[in-house]
Amino acid sequence: MTPGDTILRVQNLTKRFGGLVAVNDLSFDVREHEVMGIIGPNGSGKSTTMNLISGALKASSGAIVLKGADLTPLPPHKIARLGVARTFQLVRILPKLTVLENVIAGAAFSHKPRWGAEAERFASDLLDRLELGDKKDLGVDALTYIDQKRLELARALASEPEVLLLDEWLAGLNPSELQIGIALIADLRSEGRTIILVEHVMDAIRSLCDRCVVMNSGTKIAEGTPAEVLSDAEVIRAYLGEG
Amino acid sequence: MQNLALGGLLLAAAVVPLVSDGYWLSIATTAMMYIALSTSWALFSGPTHLIALSTGAFFGIGGYMVGTGMSDYEQSFWTMALIAPLVATALALLVGLATLRLSGVYFVIFTLGLAEMVRNLVSWVQNNFLGSRGLYVLTDFTEAHIYWMLLAVAAVVFLAGSWLNRSRLGFALRIIGNDEEVARHVGINTAWSKVILFMTTGFFAALVGAIVAPRYSYIEPNVVFSPELSFMVVIMALLGGVHRLWGPLVGVIPFTLAWEAITVSFPNSTTLFLGLSFLLIVYLIPHGFTGLFETMLGRMRK
Repeated sequence: MTPGDTILRVQNLTKRFGGLVAVNDLSFDVREHEVMGIIGPNGSGKSTTMNLISGALKASSGAIVLKGADLTPLPPHKIARLGVARTFQLVRILPKLTVLENVIAGAAFSHKPRWGAEAERFASDLLDRLELGDKKDLGVDALTYIDQKRLELARALASEPEVLLLDEWLAGLNPSELQIGIALIADLRSEGRTIILVEHVMDAIRSLCDRCVVMNSGTKIAEGTPAEVLSDAEVIRAYLGEG
Repeated sequence: MQNLALGGLLLAAAVVPLVSDGYWLSIATTAMMYIALSTSWALFSGPTHLIALSTGAFFGIGGYMVGTGMSDYEQSFWTMALIAPLVATALALLVGLATLRLSGVYFVIFTLGLAEMVRNLVSWVQNNFLGSRGLYVLTDFTEAHIYWMLLAVAAVVFLAGSWLNRSRLGFALRIIGNDEEVARHVGINTAWSKVILFMTTGFFAALVGAIVAPRYSYIEPNVVFSPELSFMVVIMALLGGVHRLWGPLVGVIPFTLAWEAITVSFPNSTTLFLGLSFLLIVYLIPHGFTGLFETMLGRMRK
């Protein structure tokens, strides 16, 4: 789907932890129906950026604006209710809830809240789509790793997010699971969802992202299509060191 | 069918004063008091896993306000029994707002400290400014009246609990108990969800404290703000199991009977037995009787 208007705007975003500047004057825009990748070496500030957008961390300065609403001062639950959903770097599912309840958890308190029979129907449909339909009444300890990842994604999708944040959602999958995972995100992309993803898997970035922001030591060093940024001299230097 | 069974249970509980003598009625009244306290305690502490040791403080506010209102300000029992829970709810709001950021053991210690602080504060005010140390609560209530009032409160707690279990607020609390970080990120206002439930438990504890005040006749801050009561409520709820609404109920009844035997046989070492039973419960049946039943049921099905 062709990208639409700008939906999320990150402006001069800075995050300091004591003397360490984890994110330094970062700016980029995300358009509707676009998959935006944030890439960079370890410790470059990618996950911190995700945590700033979802409200898990507070920015030291700068702004994050979603459809005209300033997210920067808001707590995570208000940001979630404006339509930002996320998955976590280390998969976080609700251990004492059933698979179905895990998905309803994503739907019940979102900007389009669903509850009762409607929420159950909606969550069941989502689980069917992610091929977890036959496991919906099980406890989550019965799930394999990729199924846990799917479940976490289903929970995020259940809120019908305006912007979906995927923080290394493909990490830890084996090669065959990885293909399934990439295909799944490709489906979401073709549905026209707006996604920001942090990823290390280059194949995924090439095939999934419309545009990428490359970070190094908290600073944006390149922005453009995957092909453009991956051939950029400074990006290659950041990944491989001085030649 | 289920409603019929529950109605039958309620009716059976209601006729207890008509068929039992003074001794058994007194035990039944104590048990009913703990059923209301433990069940309402578990509404908050069950899903959130935050062990609150402040029941004694809220219970004490109920008893003390009835005492001071009737003795010193010539108010009726009913007026005070109405005001006291509201005061306790307001205090729970303040405590809740102050403890939002505390988790785990810090919350436990804070609530214990709070209960002690309220007890000492009230004693100090009573001794230095209000003259007398004790307060008289003289009513025409018989033990049966108190029992029935407690039964009504317990029934309301169960109704509230069963509504909560089906509500979004109850679901939010379960999610908070599972993973508070996820709870925030799916759109739950975790702070307010916890405060609302904490206020509910404070309300019911003070109401129960107000209702049982006439049982004592003579109220002393050191007695009604009892830290032992806070522990009793926790132990009974854990013994029954806090992950089901009816869990505390199945803990209260056997424990009240056992406690009666202990206080009669070893009146000087009750604290020792309290600690001992706490250890035994935590080690042997961490999920309480209900957890035990459910594990056994699960095994039989396999």
